[in-house]
Amino acid sequence: MSVTTGPLTPDELAAVVARDIPAGSYVNLGIGRPTRVADHLPDGSGVVLHTENGMLNMGPAATGDDVDPDLTNAGKVPVTELPGASYFHHADSFAMMRGGHLDVCVLGAFQVSATGDLANWSTGAPGAIPAVGGAMDLAIGAKQVFVMMTLFDKEGASKLVPACTYPLTGVGCVSRVYTDIAVIDVGPDGASVRETFGVTVDELRDRLPVPLQDASTPGG
Amino acid sequence: MSRAEIFDSVDEAVSGIEDGSTVLVGGFGFAGMPFDLIDGLIRQGAKDLTIVSNNAGNGDVGLAALLKAGQVRRVLCSFPRQSDSYVFDELYRAGKIELEVVPQGNLAERMRAAGAGIGAFYCPTAVGTPLAEGKETRTIDGRVHLLEFPIKGDVALIAAHRADRMGNLVYRKTARNFAPVMATAAATTIVQVAEVVATGDLDPEAVVTPGIHVDRVVRVDERQYTVQGAR
Repeated sequence: MSVTTGPLTPDELAAVVARDIPAGSYVNLGIGRPTRVADHLPDGSGVVLHTENGMLNMGPAATGDDVDPDLTNAGKVPVTELPGASYFHHADSFAMMRGGHLDVCVLGAFQVSATGDLANWSTGAPGAIPAVGGAMDLAIGAKQVFVMMTLFDKEGASKLVPACTYPLTGVGCVSRVYTDIAVIDVGPDGASVRETFGVTVDELRDRLPVPLQDASTPGG
Repeated sequence: MSRAEIFDSVDEAVSGIEDGSTVLVGGFGFAGMPFDLIDGLIRQGAKDLTIVSNNAGNGDVGLAALLKAGQVRRVLCSFPRQSDSYVFDELYRAGKIELEVVPQGNLAERMRAAGAGIGAFYCPTAVGTPLAEGKETRTIDGRVHLLEFPIKGDVALIAAHRADRMGNLVYRKTARNFAPVMATAAATTIVQVAEVVATGDLDPEAVVTPGIHVDRVVRVDERQYTVQGAR
């Protein structure tokens, strides 16, 4: 297979995720890096963004005079509303998630297991203050859970693992992992490489602690 | 009391909150935070409080000021740790405050259950995680669920945009967040609003919280504050 350039920058990765979100989906983007996916959704995609603090059809971040303290996203950043927006209270907002009405959510992660377990809320470090927010609800509720992360941590350890060592957010909930060097499906059948950026599947097999099936097409 | 009462001052509106109360506090970060009612509660001085809120305070104002005043024994929230939650962080690390982390959806739904007379409910959130420890489980339609119990408040402190004299409430944008749920879940619901209008002046189709859930209303001046993350 051909090798394309990699690793991807966070924005390039956000564009890859955006490309894979079906037109017209209801989507929740997690705090931090996943938020950038919104900037890469094509015009006319009809994707409706949900923010768990009670809004559908959220618009881009607000600047200048558009900043309204009563209108923020889940990261508490001021945002705007698009035509057709709606507001609702927190129990209704989480019923949308937990009731299986959201098509896709995109979350960050510390670790994902080959079977789709997610660890993204606590490193379990002594003295760390736990904070889960809506991650556990999103993880079990959305029809598809995508994770966006670098494939390796700062020490070079793989974040795709046979079993998570950090405290879990959800069990078997992740369907696909988008990383800077590969897109990998995870689930009951294990990990399967869909796309690579600047590496071959065999090189990934050498570096990752999980068996990889090859369903790849070269990306880039 | 059955009918909502309109108060002239914040101090009157928060009077009678007892030591040891469970207080539901609206807001998601600063959006919808009942700043004036919290300041009133600080002046009123009730101690040994359990606070139920999404966050555990931002900066030095609102909920953070209440924590700093030493009136809170325990916090139930989904997301205490934030870039500006230093008041909580210090109290927690010093062992001066207890924390129960609750997934945000359970926080909302447990209060909804309290307000709706639901004795408990099963939900798959947090199955297989440390937050499932000690919880009763049941497999429904092949999926493991956890038993979750209601969270009932002695008092709810919430902010709304506008009230009529019956206590009917409308909200503004995402400042609504937990307030309508908390209003149903507390024995006494106290609301600060930017405006009180005459009965009949709110569109009945637009009312979000019907006055049956509201006990006390006080109008406060709009307050300017820096929005976290504003650029």
